Amino acid sequence: MAPALCAVCKTARALIKRPKNHSKLCKTCFIEVFEDEVHHTITSSQLFFPGERVAIGASGGKDSTVLASVLKTLNERHNYGLDLVLLSIDEGIKGYRDDSLETVKRNAVQYDMPLKVVGYDELYGWTMDQVVETIGKKGNCTYCGVFRRQALDRGAKMLGIKHVVTGHNADDVAETVLMNLLRGDMARLSRSTSIVTGNNSSEVKRSKPLKYSYEKEIVLYAHHKKLDYFSTECIYSPEAFRGSARSLIKQLERVRPSAILDIVRSGEDMARLVPGESPSSCSCKGKSKAPAEVAEDDIGGCGSQNGRNPGNEMAVMDKQLRENEEHEAHEIDVAKSTPRNEGGTANKKWELPVRTAAVASKVVKGQVLGNCKRCGYMSSQDICQACTLLDGLNKNRAQIQI
Amino acid sequence: MSETAAEPKMAITVDFSGGLEMLFSNQRRHALSIPAHDKDGKPSNIAFLISHLCKTLMKDPRTDLFVLDDHIRPGILVLINDADWELEGEEAYEIQPGDNILFVSTLHGG
Repeated sequence: MAPALCAVCKTARALIKRPKNHSKLCKTCFIEVFEDEVHHTITSSQLFFPGERVAIGASGGKDSTVLASVLKTLNERHNYGLDLVLLSIDEGIKGYRDDSLETVKRNAVQYDMPLKVVGYDELYGWTMDQVVETIGKKGNCTYCGVFRRQALDRGAKMLGIKHVVTGHNADDVAETVLMNLLRGDMARLSRSTSIVTGNNSSEVKRSKPLKYSYEKEIVLYAHHKKLDYFSTECIYSPEAFRGSARSLIKQLERVRPSAILDIVRSGEDMARLVPGESPSSCSCKGKSKAPAEVAEDDIGGCGSQNGRNPGNEMAVMDKQLRENEEHEAHEIDVAKSTPRNEGGTANKKWELPVRTAAVASKVVKGQVLGNCKRCGYMSSQDICQACTLLDGLNKNRAQIQI
Repeated sequence: MSETAAEPKMAITVDFSGGLEMLFSNQRRHALSIPAHDKDGKPSNIAFLISHLCKTLMKDPRTDLFVLDDHIRPGILVLINDADWELEGEEAYEIQPGDNILFVSTLHGG
């Protein structure tokens, strides 16, 4: 095979084939295009304001390392005026987190950013090693996830920072969309597709600047820029369900690379169907509160450069909805446990469970952001998930001690 | 499969990263001498290299973390002399002496 030339500069040898549009790029042009696209996501979603202090949730892994590197580059190149800080969570998993924290410490030096580490032990009185000792490996990811989420908020608060960015990429979002779709959890699906969660009224907002970046490109970016990152699997086996969703996404990508961004967009489209949820698509025309139809037009501009026609997007969603419906008919168990709308309404054919009045009110109730009565941190319930889990753990510990 | 000492060999380097090094003795770079031809006498290609690595280099029993259904596991990127293997013909690429083949996993979090 004769070496292909870069589609942009037409001089250097192409080294990268982009999954989203098959374009072939050389190393230099790829790095530039990757950074430009993240810049586009940041500006079109108006993620930051000048002078903002931003904490980068840093694990030492590829995603957060690339995020830190790209944000530093863009901050300097485009004068964002951001004050960037690395915020790391120490879950307390020996032989796993110790090594990755060393990577974060090197990153702090390499990127000249201050680093703050907060541990589960200091926040909750439990390390993940102790949690697993108590509850076993099964379901430990739930604890870790709930704790980490709050730990990032609390770490940011300790630093007096109101914005945490995380390295979630397009593959992660697609995976979560798929999982929530398979669970029938439309409310969470909606939140998981948002580029920003929380708003100015909440204490800490979170955003995902790499939401439209393929994991493949993140790894290639890290490789070609020779970034220092750490990769290992958590020693506690991951959730089987997430693992399956992940494998499925990767297999789909092999056959149809655009599938990943397509799932992300389908997720955004479905999010618009959820009452009380605002879509978080990229508003390329610089409107912060773009009406749904404008946002829909703009989506094509954020991702694939081979413009997508909106009709196709709708067709995809239609098909998805119809398939859901078909599957629902087969899922006897699930259907039984799904709260039904009392008295069939006219538009029954298109009903998703979440759209029924009974469930919708439940969903809305779950979405109202308040504070946990126990620990005082952001929660949509009276007692936050972290405190609920801690209650269970502490009871267990008491039992064990007796 | 059997290889006689008389068979021509070629020297290449194979790198593993993104967590795959764990499956290959925790070593990132391996300087290898591989047969220049497969058992049918065809020039060794990437497909041959992958099965060769499983048979000769991988001591870890978890081969399914590297190969699924006789193909490289989806989510593992292959770079041939720093170029995406999709630009080089993927499994059919015929390996040249001195080539560097990098396998990098995208599957690990951090």
